[in-house]
Amino acid sequence: MYAQGLIGADGKTGESPEFLEAFQKRIDAEEKIEPNDAMPEGYRKTLIRQIGQHAHSEIVGMLPEGNWITRAPSLKRKAALLAKVQDEGGHGLYLYSAAETLGVSREQMTEELHSGKAKYSSIFNYPTLTWADIGIIGWLVDGAAIMNQIPLCRCSYGPYARAMIRVCKEESFHQRQGYEIVMTLAQGTPAQREMVQDALNRWWWPVLMMFGPHDSDSQHSDQNMAWKIKRFSNDALRQKFVDATVPQGEYLGLTFPDPELKWNEEKGGYDFGPIDWDEFWRVVKGGGVMNRDRIRDRKAAWENGAWVREAALAHAEKRRQRAAEAAPIAAE
Amino acid sequence: MALFEALLELADDHLVLGHRLSEWCGHAPMLEEDLALPNMALDLIGTSRTLYTYAGEVEGAGRDEDALAYLRDEMEYRNCLLVERPNGDFAQTMLRQLYFAAFMEPYWKAALESPDETVRGIAGKAVKEMAYHIRHAGEWVIRLGDGTEESARRMQEAVEELHRYTDELFHSSAAARGVDALPDRAAIRPEWDRVIGEIFAEARLEIPQVPFPQQGGREMQHGEALGHMLAEMQVTHRAHPGAVW
Amino acid sequence: MSGEVPLWEVFIRPRNGLSHKHVGSLHAADEVMALNAARDVYTRRGEGTSIWVVPSKAITASDPDQAAENFEPTAGKVYRHPTFYEIPDDVGHM
Repeated sequence: MYAQGLIGADGKTGESPEFLEAFQKRIDAEEKIEPNDAMPEGYRKTLIRQIGQHAHSEIVGMLPEGNWITRAPSLKRKAALLAKVQDEGGHGLYLYSAAETLGVSREQMTEELHSGKAKYSSIFNYPTLTWADIGIIGWLVDGAAIMNQIPLCRCSYGPYARAMIRVCKEESFHQRQGYEIVMTLAQGTPAQREMVQDALNRWWWPVLMMFGPHDSDSQHSDQNMAWKIKRFSNDALRQKFVDATVPQGEYLGLTFPDPELKWNEEKGGYDFGPIDWDEFWRVVKGGGVMNRDRIRDRKAAWENGAWVREAALAHAEKRRQRAAEAAPIAAE
Repeated sequence: MALFEALLELADDHLVLGHRLSEWCGHAPMLEEDLALPNMALDLIGTSRTLYTYAGEVEGAGRDEDALAYLRDEMEYRNCLLVERPNGDFAQTMLRQLYFAAFMEPYWKAALESPDETVRGIAGKAVKEMAYHIRHAGEWVIRLGDGTEESARRMQEAVEELHRYTDELFHSSAAARGVDALPDRAAIRPEWDRVIGEIFAEARLEIPQVPFPQQGGREMQHGEALGHMLAEMQVTHRAHPGAVW
Repeated sequence: MSGEVPLWEVFIRPRNGLSHKHVGSLHAADEVMALNAARDVYTRRGEGTSIWVVPSKAITASDPDQAAENFEPTAGKVYRHPTFYEIPDDVGHM
């Protein structure tokens, strides 16, 4: 569950023009790059950063939805939400593993998340206030993520592409789960209807921001496209998302909080109003309601778990020693 | 209605423990465990749903799984005290899981012989799930008990904390006794003792003397923790009477 | 103590009759925990009937710099393939 163009990646690289050209040829021929292959340092760094951000987004993304597992209004919804949030954890795990093939450890990446050095999708810095938020997140946030993730299944880096194939396969139920919740609420009591419209009003603009800055303001985008780390521009994906989503909302009689939202026959897509980029950057830089809480919770889980991980390692060492002591006797 | 009572005891145990485990989601000591804990929670919640549905049918008053889960108060829940205990640290969560699963696995195994077809169906699925819970929780109890000084201390503390609640696993309320369709809880004791004994030996843990065993949940007399748990669990459902979700 | 929890590679047999296939990796302190974690992480949707876990550090990989000498010479040996041999159609399927 992630989108958002890469923030702050530095694709600078210092290899010879011949090396870079040969590498580009492989990329252009749609050859996959595998872990031990020679690759430009900038390519490696960009991937570590992007896969790391992606993994962190999955892990931090467990928190806002996890906020409603204990209050889910029916046992069926409780089970589905728990399974979904668990999936996000799994996706984080697959992605950390993909990044680890590039020579960075999960522990290092975790420390970068906790120190604020590594970013994650800003959408998770908004709070989940009602049960309807769970529906809206599934429908819109996962919907936006899928738009972004499907092209990543064809990313030039093999382990990332393979992880994404797995993620996309598993994620197919997430958006449907969300839309079904939204639909049930939209067809429910007046209070439920109000709840879901309110949630849509709060999440719509932050979701559009998930695709990242406009192409004209997006640094490093060209290099990432050339390396096929990224396959569509932020604006193209955002447009695709709006075009797919608006009819789904209208089908349920929901309205979107954008007076400028209008079908444009000529371009065959919707026009929509300006995005508040000041808000986007404020939240990216730590100014969202939940930024501090999210990192605090992740750090707490990591620090409170330290003694458990240490115990598991200590026990493994004891087993090795006992096996070594027992071995000579067994051999006699 | 003894069968209804007995099914509710089982269902409440499963839901309350499943809910407790779900509270960990996103906060586990390592990512791998963030996947494992929800798996166990989903097993328990899944079994509770089947049990509630069957209990509702047996009762014949038109109550479905959600009516039974969300619209009964603390004083109507029949779960044993062990499962409602707050999560505590990871040692306590794993030990509580082991205690419960080490009871349920032989219980469901016995229930495979039940004359009641629905019970046999539930047991057939649950017995495998519980076997895995014993393994997963048991391996952790062993590692924490025989890991570092700190983990051994925490594990022994967990034993001191939770062992007093284990007697109630073998107990049914008077209203739920004598049901042919379900195994006799007291008869599970030897197998539970054996499994716990083996794991404790490997974990270098002592089985404590319990001067004051605690029970009461089966008679709907709970500790203070359950009310808070149910308040949270039921709040959304109860705020919208009659709504469909 | 600050050691990192070791990395394991996970292989799963989707169903009997097929071989184990690499599906990903995970972290675990020892082989028992690695197997449990593999079950919980990689078989949540009935993906397998058997699991192998191997410490990642136990894998020796071929060097991509030697890919040419390793794998290209085989391209010239067309006589290893059935289409290299011309048999009249009248002989039937062979």
